[in-house]
Amino acid sequence: MSKVKVNVCMGTTCFVMGGSNLQELMEIVPKKYGDKVEVTGSPCLGLCSINWEYSKAPYVKVNDETVVEATVEKVLEAIDKEVEKLN
Amino acid sequence: MNNNGQAIHLKKEILIRLIKAFYTEDFEENTRLIPYDMRPTGAEVPYRCCIYKERAILKDRTIAGLGFQIEEDDERISLTTYAKKALERTEIDNKNLTVLQAACKGCVPSQIHVTELCQGCIARPCQQACKFGAITVKDGKSHIDGSKCKKCKMCLNACPYNAIVKITVPCEDACPVGAIEKDEQSLARIDFDKCINCGRCISACPFGAVHEKSQIIDILKALKSDKKVIALIAPSIAGQFPGNIYQLKTAIMKSGFDDVYEVAQGADITAQNEAKEFAERMESGESFMTTSCCAGYNQLIKKHLPEIKPYVSDTKTPLYYIAEHVKQLYPDAVTVFVSPCVAKRAEGFENENVNFVMSFEELGALFVAKKIEILNLEETPFEKESSKQGRNFGITGGVAQAVKKSSKDEQAVNSMILSGLNKDSIRKLKTYAKNGTCENGCNLIEVMCCDGGCISGNATLNNVKTASKLINQLTEKSDDIKRIK
Repeated sequence: MSKVKVNVCMGTTCFVMGGSNLQELMEIVPKKYGDKVEVTGSPCLGLCSINWEYSKAPYVKVNDETVVEATVEKVLEAIDKEVEKLN
Repeated sequence: MNNNGQAIHLKKEILIRLIKAFYTEDFEENTRLIPYDMRPTGAEVPYRCCIYKERAILKDRTIAGLGFQIEEDDERISLTTYAKKALERTEIDNKNLTVLQAACKGCVPSQIHVTELCQGCIARPCQQACKFGAITVKDGKSHIDGSKCKKCKMCLNACPYNAIVKITVPCEDACPVGAIEKDEQSLARIDFDKCINCGRCISACPFGAVHEKSQIIDILKALKSDKKVIALIAPSIAGQFPGNIYQLKTAIMKSGFDDVYEVAQGADITAQNEAKEFAERMESGESFMTTSCCAGYNQLIKKHLPEIKPYVSDTKTPLYYIAEHVKQLYPDAVTVFVSPCVAKRAEGFENENVNFVMSFEELGALFVAKKIEILNLEETPFEKESSKQGRNFGITGGVAQAVKKSSKDEQAVNSMILSGLNKDSIRKLKTYAKNGTCENGCNLIEVMCCDGGCISGNATLNNVKTASKLINQLTEKSDDIKRIK
């Protein structure tokens, strides 16, 4: 079974710009989706150095989708969409 | 933590841009461009009526970032001039908050308001409930005469249609000491004679219109100079950044500081001294003592609650002890306290051993501007390891626990925690001072200005839950205060 992969950027920029709150996803996601979704935190994903810089941080990757100015709600919404595709 | 999402994002973005501008060839010009870079021609206008207003507000925010009072702004002065003045400035002042004029105006002054839901009923319970004769019925609707209304809310409670509401002003509402009020032009004004710098208004304003007046330019100037610059990091910082505090020390040094000291090291001295003082006071028959390390609380005592002073510990704050220690080692060094809140700016200003105060937000902005990846860095040890209890000073209950653990007779300490200064907790303190005793046989009152302790200070980056978790990870591995010499 394929899983939805969520990668939360724990780089300095994302953390400072509000990503610290996204650590809650580590608890919320497994509770809500069980083993359908795999959530990890990782050092800087490098997204802040591409084209948006810090102004759109924090970033979270949900499969190939990049959630910008990420909040817990926005990420959960993106996960819902991907989970739907699985079904 | 500051929860007004996008407003706080803007504040941080401006700090990052200011710091980046500082390190360019033409700081003044690049500062002038900040509002235009953030809202270039043709950009989307997310919050205001037009791009010009957006830029005007961003200019105001930049003025605060440069360390000036926005209220005194003459619109004709350009950011170039402000940037120049910031570079030339040699002194800072003790007005630590400033209100954005353009962002503040939209908010309706606090009042009791009859809404469209008013049915113009025959019983008129609102009119009967009003003791001040402020309500009349005209054209089948109730009207409130603002000059007579005392905002007692009796009419609001009496209306069976819930047609009457209280319009609140968030900053006014949040201020525990009545230091902020809308003036005749509908602008919030801070009365600095009353203000205790608690920072609640900053967190409360949904427009992000209240700013800390930053000292970041003064700090960057010090970092650029030949002087040794030393960061003193508040205990609560352990929950604010990715990585551990040893990596954080490396990051701070990489951003230009020469050394970093944990204020927790001073907290250990505070706890040990306060435990001794507590025992002495109890022995001499006093009934209770309150802690004395919260800067907001100390301002409250000075400005509004002198009657509690005899019960407040005379022990100095953790910042006092560590700054004294560092200045003894390096008398010529510039010390920068890295703080979770605006209240410590006032304490830093009054302490000659503290040169500047920098918020967690500002340190974060410095890391972003300098592209410092904390998680990739090596660890650097501190001069001295601090205790579990000292490192826990920033979480509610942490100070009382440290005093207890430092006491010879732990059982003698019966503590009470006042977490969050508001009208209720201030009233309680007044009562204890008046009666000369605390409730429920408590003899030690820990007072912290912010709900949950310093980890919810106005300039924190992380939420209370995850910040506590990160601090716990550190304190689990730290020594007990009894083993600290």
